[in-house]
Amino acid sequence: MWREIWLVCRKDLIIEWRARVTLIQIVPTVLLVLVVFAFALDANPSLLGAGAGGLFWVAVLFGAVLGAKRSFDIEAEGGNLDGLRLGGLVPAAILWGKAAALALQMVLVGVFAAAGLLVLYSVTVHDWLLIVVAGLCGMAAFAICGTLYGAMTVGLRSADTLLPLLLIPVAAPVLLAGTRAFDVALGTSADQGWSWTALLAVVLVTYIAVGWAAAGPLLEDA
Amino acid sequence: MIETPEPDLRQQAQRAGSLTMTGSVATRVLGVVAIAAVGVMALLALWISPADAVQGDSVRLMYIHVPSIWVAYGGFVLTAFASARVLWRTRSGAGGTYGVIADRHARRWDRVAGAAAELGVLFTALTLVTGSLWGRVTWGTYWQWDARLTTTVLLFVTYLGYLALRRLPAESRARARRSAVMALIAVVNLPIVHYSVDWWRTLHQEASLNLEPGGDRNITGEMYWTLLYSWATFTVVALWIGIHRYRVLRLEELAEEASLEELLAQRRDEQAAGR
Repeated sequence: MWREIWLVCRKDLIIEWRARVTLIQIVPTVLLVLVVFAFALDANPSLLGAGAGGLFWVAVLFGAVLGAKRSFDIEAEGGNLDGLRLGGLVPAAILWGKAAALALQMVLVGVFAAAGLLVLYSVTVHDWLLIVVAGLCGMAAFAICGTLYGAMTVGLRSADTLLPLLLIPVAAPVLLAGTRAFDVALGTSADQGWSWTALLAVVLVTYIAVGWAAAGPLLEDA
Repeated sequence: MIETPEPDLRQQAQRAGSLTMTGSVATRVLGVVAIAAVGVMALLALWISPADAVQGDSVRLMYIHVPSIWVAYGGFVLTAFASARVLWRTRSGAGGTYGVIADRHARRWDRVAGAAAELGVLFTALTLVTGSLWGRVTWGTYWQWDARLTTTVLLFVTYLGYLALRRLPAESRARARRSAVMALIAVVNLPIVHYSVDWWRTLHQEASLNLEPGGDRNITGEMYWTLLYSWATFTVVALWIGIHRYRVLRLEELAEEASLEELLAQRRDEQAAGR
């Protein structure tokens, strides 16, 4: 099972390495969102600094929607999913392999977005460990949730418009908890940052549990 | 496990009443009870229950607002439970077939999930509207970016997405299983909405009814009993609408499965019989 997950993850990462969609398209889009937020908030440094945590997670969530769509677009063409299953891979291995690859890509997106915050919004990080742990939990949660919804909408005619409608509200707990944790780490809130990170971890574990249960039903019918 | 095919939807529909109606003796009685209960509720809420010392008459909106969200929660929990049953009945190794759902229990649970989610969305919308009206009177604005309000809107949009997913053309088995997975993910938002007033600093007041043993009540007297009665009334009304909606979904399946020729032949027979 672990070997099959690694095979699928490696396949997606090789495709990504060759096409570089994350680096050339998704990362610039996320950075662009951060820039556009500055336009919308009248480039007010104090306002941008106060909302930096939330703006980071909103921008990354948009990136996750694009990443999830891309992750299953490469399988929809030519019935690749059927090919993977005919090759003997179990649905859970396909789903977790794709989720792992998307999580790694989301970490890359998160690193660039965090750099964007530091440069564009001039924020100061007070707790790097909190940023890293909350960031990793959040990226993994976005990746699993995105993979589940990507699998849910793969092959549907209205997948392009439906995926954001489905994914964004369901990812809201990650957005809320991640924002609170980042607010504390960036020194804009005196809340309990680790409590919010614990909530992120609970949401992540819940998504993992749902993912284990859902892999078969989603990919057998995809 | 061997899946048993659904006996005959048409026969079932005929037993329930007719091919075009969703009513039965039981639902008609339930409907009369529901309407009467709403009448008594209006009497209690508008005349017998007193105005609040601080909020005045706007407190009467609570008798719709609070029961609505509880019924919505119930609908979403039922959707999740029914969805888990769908996944269980159609799991690999349970004798499932590709294309359509052969197992009649799975079909029934799928309809329960769909009907309950629609009820949940309807009553969440009612909660948002009454909450907005109450906010206009109490806070001076229809909308505040408050934690409870925001999470409730997210819940509403999540289940709108669920209903959109159910509406997409697909083979019944794939659609049911896909929707079931989404319902199980979406239900995670429920505790977040409910506990948002405790987790975040929020304008929204704390829970009016504390059902925990020994918990404090924020309201007492006629207000408390009227609120409890409203909750029971909304439950009966939701049950009534839900049963009808379940039967509508069954008739929709029936219509999908019946061939055009069959329907035309039936119509000709009806005309020939002078009906």
